[in-house]
Amino acid sequence: MIQEKLHEEIHNFPTAKLSVEHVCKDFVTNNGTVVRALDDVSLTINEGEFVCFVGPSGCGKSTLLNIIAGLEKPDSGMALIDGTPITGPGRDRMMMFQEHALFPWLDVIGNVMFGLKQKPNLNNKERLEVAKYYLYLVKMDRFAHANIHELSGGMRQRVALARSLAPNPKILLMDEPFSALDAMTRERLYGDIQDVWEKRRKTIIFVTHNVREAVCLGSRVVLFSPHPGRVREEFPVHLPRPRNINNHDLADLSQEITSALKGYTAAESD
Amino acid sequence: MKRILITLSFFLLLIFIWAALTGDLAFIGVDISLWSPYVLPPPSTVGHYLWDNTLNGKIPLSMLITLRRLLIGYAIGLVIGVPLGMVSARFRCINDTLGMLALGLQALPSVCWVPLACIWFGQTEVALLFVVIMGTLWSVLLSTQNGMKNVPPIYARAARTMGSSPIHTLVFVTLPASAPFVVSGMKQGWAFAWRSLMAAEIYVSVISGFGIGQYLHYGRELQRMYQVIGIMFIIILVGLLADKILFSPLESWLHRRWGTGKD
Ligand SMILES: Nc1ncnc2c1ncn2[C@@H]1O[C@H](COP(=O)(O)OP(=O)(O)OP(=O)(O)O)[C@@H](O)[C@H]1O
Ligand SMILES: [Mg+2]
Repeated sequence: MIQEKLHEEIHNFPTAKLSVEHVCKDFVTNNGTVVRALDDVSLTINEGEFVCFVGPSGCGKSTLLNIIAGLEKPDSGMALIDGTPITGPGRDRMMMFQEHALFPWLDVIGNVMFGLKQKPNLNNKERLEVAKYYLYLVKMDRFAHANIHELSGGMRQRVALARSLAPNPKILLMDEPFSALDAMTRERLYGDIQDVWEKRRKTIIFVTHNVREAVCLGSRVVLFSPHPGRVREEFPVHLPRPRNINNHDLADLSQEITSALKGYTAAESD
Repeated sequence: MKRILITLSFFLLLIFIWAALTGDLAFIGVDISLWSPYVLPPPSTVGHYLWDNTLNGKIPLSMLITLRRLLIGYAIGLVIGVPLGMVSARFRCINDTLGMLALGLQALPSVCWVPLACIWFGQTEVALLFVVIMGTLWSVLLSTQNGMKNVPPIYARAARTMGSSPIHTLVFVTLPASAPFVVSGMKQGWAFAWRSLMAAEIYVSVISGFGIGQYLHYGRELQRMYQVIGIMFIIILVGLLADKILFSPLESWLHRRWGTGKD
């Protein structure tokens, strides 16, 4: 009975279609000037798609992610999940931040359990099993009872990934989750995240500054430009998986995208 | 082990000097008594006093009475102070009013409340409790408020994306995240409560129970300096024990979890 329920909990992969329609967002800075963080942004992201957002600093990537997460409201336009407008945060969308945001007063498994505890249909024993499964998935099961400060940066991001995956969200939002890590650790995590995506088939939005990272992970790369924040161009990526970031074709495509990106950053400064 | 030895021999040296200065070591030929035993009694007299009055139950009883006042007053101070601190951190208008009041009253040594407490409540338990609460409340309130304000907003954001309601976030995220601040405030509150209770007991005689402070007061009235010094030892002991039993385990747990501090 328990086994069946757990099986269902773990082996059911909900995903969702996300649409962003004409979203605008302004911020008023301290000295009173208005910054247009997002200007009429529209996007459609299909079920189970892995999309990467790339763009220079300040082009509204985090703002858009926060709007999708329900942490912020657009000034006009809206974001919809499977046709339902987003009005606030929800368990169907989990967010992973640049800083790991793990809770230092809980141990590793306690952190993974935090989101699960908000799910009413499970009892505590089942939650523990689910949490262990996700720790195993990110190869952190041996550290279930470690304190957060005892983990390396890469391990912390793995735990953060397990914590976001555990409530089985339809959409995973990742805001530069690997930018604070060294290149070696990052490469290993690219493998892990692709593996997780193959296994769990979630809709993933991944924000990064690193074009190569985006091409390595995404099935589509969306380019943003700043002042005001806009979607400029989209590149589908058809390379076979699992992808290695040092692959030749991957490097070529990154090159192409990088020059496109440079194109309008240069135009901007003219 | 070596450190314990150093500590121990330091205190033995202090007692040795005290004994030498008060004639307790006359039997080995060391006697440099500078003061009369009325001014500085020898350790043996103080020891006798403590021993006798522990055996006849007077000191244990007064400790019980004092600790009961302290614990009840402290608990009330915490129960009021922590939620008020949380509310004050959350709402600016409460921060600007109650927060300012707390800041002002925290600067007031709580023994200053004694005269008012005696007028309002008479020479009763309530007057003593009131003074203890005034000693605890404001510092607990302020440190809770300060702790909550210092919690990185990302914790609350992360919790909210995981489906945590605002109240749930407040209790299960913001409050534990501010635990290091709250605990240090609790410790400070405890120290203030203890000091203010001693001051109040020395100051006011309450017929409902004879606390430790009152023994110290009567020691002075009766010119029994050995009693005064004996009671001072008891007061120090209670303070140290509270620190070791109540706060040390809590703090070392915090340090282990947060990975802060050493030793
Ligand atoms: N809370 C805020 N208050 C004022 N301005 C803000 C706020 N949040 C974002 N902005 C502004 O909105 C613009 C977009 O910010 P956003 O954080 O979305 O950019 P980003 O693309 O995520 O940048 P980065 O790559 O550096 O993370 C920036 O110009 C920023 O200054
Ligand atoms: Mg950002």
